[in-house]
Amino acid sequence: MSLLGERDIVMCRQMVRRLTQQIKFTLVDQTKMITAASELSRNTVVYGGGGEMRWEIVAQGIRTGLRLWFEDKGPGIPDIGLALTDGWTSGSGMGVGLSGSRRLVNEFEIRTVVGEGTCVTITRWK
Amino acid sequence: MERIPILKMGRVLLVTIQVDLQDQVALGLQDDLSARIEQTGANGVLIDISALEIVDSFVGRMLASISGIATVLDATTVVVGMQPAVAITLVELGLSLEGVRTALNVERGMAMLAVDDRNRIDD
Repeated sequence: MSLLGERDIVMCRQMVRRLTQQIKFTLVDQTKMITAASELSRNTVVYGGGGEMRWEIVAQGIRTGLRLWFEDKGPGIPDIGLALTDGWTSGSGMGVGLSGSRRLVNEFEIRTVVGEGTCVTITRWK
Repeated sequence: MERIPILKMGRVLLVTIQVDLQDQVALGLQDDLSARIEQTGANGVLIDISALEIVDSFVGRMLASISGIATVLDATTVVVGMQPAVAITLVELGLSLEGVRTALNVERGMAMLAVDDRNRIDD
């Protein structure tokens, strides 16, 4: 789904809610995944200048999980270490978006090239 | 743009957030509330978030900022009804909602504001 404006952030939360319910996440796990998706989709819209979210329900052995990709063709992040520091912000936020959403999921990967864009992948297992 | 209704009950402004908030709506609430505090001279603000399924950093910041603005305008803010799953997530996300007073439900929140009102020395 595309993430172009504020309305899409709301749509993204609803989509992730449906997906987490579909694979029967507990309420706390649903809430964590939706909150992480909310933070990352806002980053895509506000800092990445828009982009898209892709999703996949993944299986590994007997466990099931949800993997989400947030991808933009924005300015990229020059210093990932800094961007992942609590309290650091390039905008007007509280600086917990990236670092905080990393704590809400089991796997977190960020690929970014300055001038080309950013892709954040998160996975949470049931 | 939709707006969140603000009800006045005595000296308290009551806000119940029942929709999945778009960022601009959250910002609108902040402006509307500050204007209403000034107009009505309310000395308490009660924000019921029991219907909110998530609180992310944006909404968290809005709550903290409303509380801060209200304090400067001589009103006390209490946020009530946070779902346990939301509280767990919020703490893990790293938001402490510093300076924001909370209560378990509307009843306790109103009681808190009533005590606060009685302790005021201005009237």
